[in-house]
Amino acid sequence: MAFYIVQFLTGLASAASLFLVASGLSIIFGVTRIVNFAHGAFYMLGAYVAFTLTERFSGAFGFWGGILVAALAVAAIGVLVEMVLLRRIYHSPELFQLLATFGLTLMVEDLVVLIWGPDDLVGRRAPGFKGAIDFFGQNIPSYDLFLIVLGPVVLGVLWLLFQRTRWGVLVRAATQDRDMVAALGVNQKWLFTSVFALGVFLAALGGALQIPRDAVNHAMDLRVIVEVFVVVVIGGLGSIIGAFVAAVLVSELNAFGILIFPKISIILVFLVMAVVLIVRPWGLFGKPEAPARRTPGLTVNPWRPLTVNERLAAIAVLVVAAALPFVAGNYLLTVGSEIAIFVIFAVSLHFLMSVGGLASFGHAAYFGLGAYGVALLAKMVGLPMIACLLLGPLLGLMGAAVFGFFAVQLSGVYFAMLTLAFAQIVWSIAFQWVSVTGGDNGILGVWPEKWAASPSHFYWLSLGIAALAVVILRIIVFSPFGFALRATRDSPLRSEAIGINGKRIQWTAFVIAGTVAGLAGALFAYLKGSVFPDNMGISLSVDALVMVLLGGVETVSGAVVGAIVYKALNIWLVSQTDLSKLVLGGFVVLIVVAFPKGIVGTLEAYMHRRRKSSSSAPSPLLTSRIESAE
Amino acid sequence: MSMVPTLLSVEGLTKSYGGVHAVRGVSFELRAGEILALIGPNGAGKSTCFDMLNGQNIPDSGRIRVLGAETTGKKPRAIWRMGVGRTFQIAATFPTMTVRENVQVALVSHGAQLFNLWTSTARHARDEAGRLLDLVGMGAYAERPCGELAYGDVKRLELAIALANQPKLLLMDEPTAGMAPRERVELMRLTARIAREQSIGVLFTEHDMDVVFEHADRILVLNRGSLIAEGSPEEVRGNAQVRAIYLGEGLLYDARHREGASA
Repeated sequence: MAFYIVQFLTGLASAASLFLVASGLSIIFGVTRIVNFAHGAFYMLGAYVAFTLTERFSGAFGFWGGILVAALAVAAIGVLVEMVLLRRIYHSPELFQLLATFGLTLMVEDLVVLIWGPDDLVGRRAPGFKGAIDFFGQNIPSYDLFLIVLGPVVLGVLWLLFQRTRWGVLVRAATQDRDMVAALGVNQKWLFTSVFALGVFLAALGGALQIPRDAVNHAMDLRVIVEVFVVVVIGGLGSIIGAFVAAVLVSELNAFGILIFPKISIILVFLVMAVVLIVRPWGLFGKPEAPARRTPGLTVNPWRPLTVNERLAAIAVLVVAAALPFVAGNYLLTVGSEIAIFVIFAVSLHFLMSVGGLASFGHAAYFGLGAYGVALLAKMVGLPMIACLLLGPLLGLMGAAVFGFFAVQLSGVYFAMLTLAFAQIVWSIAFQWVSVTGGDNGILGVWPEKWAASPSHFYWLSLGIAALAVVILRIIVFSPFGFALRATRDSPLRSEAIGINGKRIQWTAFVIAGTVAGLAGALFAYLKGSVFPDNMGISLSVDALVMVLLGGVETVSGAVVGAIVYKALNIWLVSQTDLSKLVLGGFVVLIVVAFPKGIVGTLEAYMHRRRKSSSSAPSPLLTSRIESAE
Repeated sequence: MSMVPTLLSVEGLTKSYGGVHAVRGVSFELRAGEILALIGPNGAGKSTCFDMLNGQNIPDSGRIRVLGAETTGKKPRAIWRMGVGRTFQIAATFPTMTVRENVQVALVSHGAQLFNLWTSTARHARDEAGRLLDLVGMGAYAERPCGELAYGDVKRLELAIALANQPKLLLMDEPTAGMAPRERVELMRLTARIAREQSIGVLFTEHDMDVVFEHADRILVLNRGSLIAEGSPEEVRGNAQVRAIYLGEGLLYDARHREGASA
């Protein structure tokens, strides 16, 4: 019995830090409507800065002062970020906001390694809380007891802050209706900045307080952000009480789940989240969101199939690409194959995002499932390559069918978070189910058969499949199904009113996208000759997102161009610098701020403007209308 | 009159929110080709009533039948498949498609082609979409992007979409809201003409009493969740209770109409 109580208390102690980070995220979201992906990065920065300060200054004052100063210092960085970056994107679509803050996260990851090195850092114990307390023969670290008390205290302080101060009233008002608060003459800029500072302060404090419990490392940001997303989704975005209750719930599930299913405890948490999302999609303590406003700035130029000339041009480009093996060496051909594979991957996400309006932040899950499907079939069953290529993606299909069913019940940022969480589940299964997947060591020796083994043959295979995937997805875009999917994206209300079952349409789209991603993964396994958990990691999901945005999310197949440019740049960067995440993150932020339409979208807009100005005479339609009106 | 079939029959429709009776025991019928207006002051329960008819809200009790088939508690998409078209207070269309494509999507759905992944939509029911657009006077705009249309034209387009499944019943939530006075008259005349020609029953809510008294065959007046009057425009105009609710505004409309007639 005592053991379970101790386990329960350990869970409560973990909840404190989680609550701090989650409440910060929730407060920021409530007022600014930005889901701050960089929250994990601020948490990590808080831990690193606190580590340095507590090492530098000795004694109890040095320790506690260091933690507080670290949180304040990181909050100051947060203010800087808000003023320089976020202020430019408050009116951007939420997808761009998530992406920009993700870009920040990537940059921070590299900066942290640059400053503190790649090794785990073990901080010192908290003065005054170094020992453990005996509880019927079980030890409880006294620091845990401190954290258990701290959680409710912070909750109380926040409650007082929001209920009893003028600032708190403004924040609550802005959470309910930003525009009204602005109309009443409140200085929004200052309000947003201060809210962001408070949120970042809480995140950094959560990170700093972790140093006596856990080693500080440069991967802690992603780990915590996924947990925090789960917490705010369960508790309800924007609710502080919800964040507290959900933090306790998640921590206890972790604490006890580890006893019951040691290897897959994380799945328990995600299962609970899935149930909550289905029963109460806005979370336990959240409020249902009004239907999302239509994002301003979307182009209204209807899509059209390629004209005959454009088709000929596309074929010509394909022929030129197919001629590459006659001029290029093996290295370039391998790069070419990889780019072709990423074209497949990117167009599959592009289909889901731009046609379906569903921005998945975990699309790599299906890429990775396809890759593992091939590896398992080839190594364990010993099927021939063709069979593997055909059957491997089916694992992606199945994963997409299961996860997609739940994911399409949601939209917007909730959809993004749920897909991200699902991808993390898949990743942790690949990572932890060592007997089947080989865990971190992956599965090696997945080589193509002789007919496809040479770089030029493999290149042609990849190129052919990529071309096929692009063509098939384009056909679907302009098919009745594609229109039904766009209809659901454009106006859920209207599409429901004309008999369209939007969820089923979106689910089907999710499965199509997952299968095509699985196909890309299948090829990738043969290209590399191996699969690893990283083939389904977050950074791969984000790569795909960036390719789509770079190409232009409002285009039919801009992702093709986005994938080619991004992948080529990426491969080149990695060969040139160790700080590829820093450059990449900066690149992502730059796209979001400077080129929200992407390469193809910007070109299209330019062409459209030129066409318009060349036919600036009033259209016959308009004149006839004016006449008839008179 | 008795030969005309009953399209919509509503019996004892009731809905309350935490003790507040939004709609209480509302019953009425609507016949083919009839244009019926549902009016009442703000908070009378018009929207709640309307949402229960189109499936966006589930009644606590009561029955709704369309051509004898029960629609109570069904989803909007199921009700559409039973031959009920609808328009929204703020027109809901597909802004990233052309005008013709907007109608084509509805026709695709009506033709049960939603999961067709392979053929081109451009050729799907192209002419039928054109005919529907001609019907609402939007034929010349077929290839325009929907997002560029003036609001009055969006409303007409929405009407064409709502007609795509050859509905027996049309539910229109404040059809003329947000339109210029002249457009209002045009849209309602158009609706009335189509309703008569195809003997479609129309139920609409409306705040503009000019529109109501000019175009409705019959009027239902809702107040605090209950029907308090029902009848021809003349009968309703003469109803003392209705006048009292509208704070004597009824007199005003009366006078204005007489002025208009003598001018």
